[in-house]
Amino acid sequence: MIAHPSTVPVAPRPCGPFKTHRQDAWWGENVFSLVTFALFTVYTIWAVLQNTHYEWGPYLSPFYSPHLTAMFPETFNWVKFSPAFLVIWMPLGFRATCYFCRRVYHRAVFNDPASCAVELPKPINYTGEKAFPFVLLNMHRYFLYLALVLVVFHWSHVWQATQFEDGFHVGLGTLVITLDALFLTLYVFSCHSLRHLIGGRLNHFSKSGCSQAKHTLWSVVSKLNEHHGKYFWISLFAVWAADAYVRLVAMGCLSDFRLF
Amino acid sequence: MTQAHFIVQRGQAEGEQTMVDYTVDVGAGMVVLDAIHQIQATQAPDLAVRWNCKAAKCGSCSAEVNGKPALMCKTRLDDLDLTKPVEVRPMKTFPQLKDLVTDVGWNYEINKLIKPFKPTNENTDEWVVMQEDIERAREFRKCIECFMCQNACHVLRNHDKKDLTHREALFAGPRFMIRLAGLEMHPMDGEDRMRFVKDEANVGYCNITKCCTEVCPEEIKITDNAIIPLKERVIDRFYDPIAMLLGTLTGRK
Repeated sequence: MIAHPSTVPVAPRPCGPFKTHRQDAWWGENVFSLVTFALFTVYTIWAVLQNTHYEWGPYLSPFYSPHLTAMFPETFNWVKFSPAFLVIWMPLGFRATCYFCRRVYHRAVFNDPASCAVELPKPINYTGEKAFPFVLLNMHRYFLYLALVLVVFHWSHVWQATQFEDGFHVGLGTLVITLDALFLTLYVFSCHSLRHLIGGRLNHFSKSGCSQAKHTLWSVVSKLNEHHGKYFWISLFAVWAADAYVRLVAMGCLSDFRLF
Repeated sequence: MTQAHFIVQRGQAEGEQTMVDYTVDVGAGMVVLDAIHQIQATQAPDLAVRWNCKAAKCGSCSAEVNGKPALMCKTRLDDLDLTKPVEVRPMKTFPQLKDLVTDVGWNYEINKLIKPFKPTNENTDEWVVMQEDIERAREFRKCIECFMCQNACHVLRNHDKKDLTHREALFAGPRFMIRLAGLEMHPMDGEDRMRFVKDEANVGYCNITKCCTEVCPEEIKITDNAIIPLKERVIDRFYDPIAMLLGTLTGRK
């Protein structure tokens, strides 16, 4: 067989604004992430600006949780804008600094890299997470502390969502709010920072106090951590669904379906 | 027997590079390295390729198959679309020596920068190491040093943070984050490498895009189990005021 130089270029080929030799649909994941982020951002901005239809009966939209202006009306009587602004920065900050979310937006939004073995069209002065602004992502554990508090509030809303005017009942809204609380809990408890703080920082489990308990907790969080990405997406859709359900019922577009 | 086209990058360092088209007889169970060996045996005896075990354990045959970093001996032909030519190139991140062989010597220079294991107790007879203390680091010992993670890492591949003379702009890469994590998590190690991890290995350059984890043939969770834990330890020591205060009060590093 006589070998002959082919016409395939040696250097990476252009692929849209990128350069790569990859032949698979590496951009598919980025399209999903971009579309989901864009829709979620637009919906969230719209929902928090509404300042209405965020509660119905015992249901409260998770975007407005905790409902500080209702819990402490005297303290927050100066609030003339949507009360969602008092709380929405906490879950958004937790998500924006989340290690899994960094992977998603560094790929889909900043294209650095858009995918493995895919090059940016032009070289940039790369500083990663060593310099501003991305060095601020090191605050993730502080948002984790706030997210742990939010988890408690979300479960309190699950209980609250069973307390109808005529007693204890479960409606479809109760289930939607429960799913939101459940997946938020799984997302928060699978966090990489929690995994570190709960035991990952130790070198010698067997020499530390409560060693067995620390190792067990670390093992459980490590198991959950393997699915952190899945919980990120599912909890994002769950919080979206919970707000949409409460809003549609409050607007009169839907009737709440009472299960029992 | 069916046939498939393989387009292989040929050339020497600093010399002209060409993509050469070879036709290969394809049989059941073949991997890309088999096809390269067939080309070498029947059509191009001067084709340079590095390999040893053909069992995905020596880490020698790292290359890029259809643009994706992969071990040639672990890439099965029945996983590829053979109706189109299969493109095989050398690793992009490291300088090419000849054809599919690259010079990975830079990695050994990085390795020399890492302070080795320093036992807290020289008398190893007195060591008591429980299973739970050592199981984390065991995963890192699976590394076969194929340097595929180094090749896929965009910090090295696209941003070329490989200048050994400018440590502040150097990135040690995922393979050495594994080594550092294994040493730092070892219960009997007394060395402190956290300043090195932050300022010379520059863990901060990693932006968690996980290409290293995607390409690792040993399926080591490099980002989740080594890089992020190291980042969290760096935060404890250099960024988190509460952890720093607690560390000072308790005398913990």
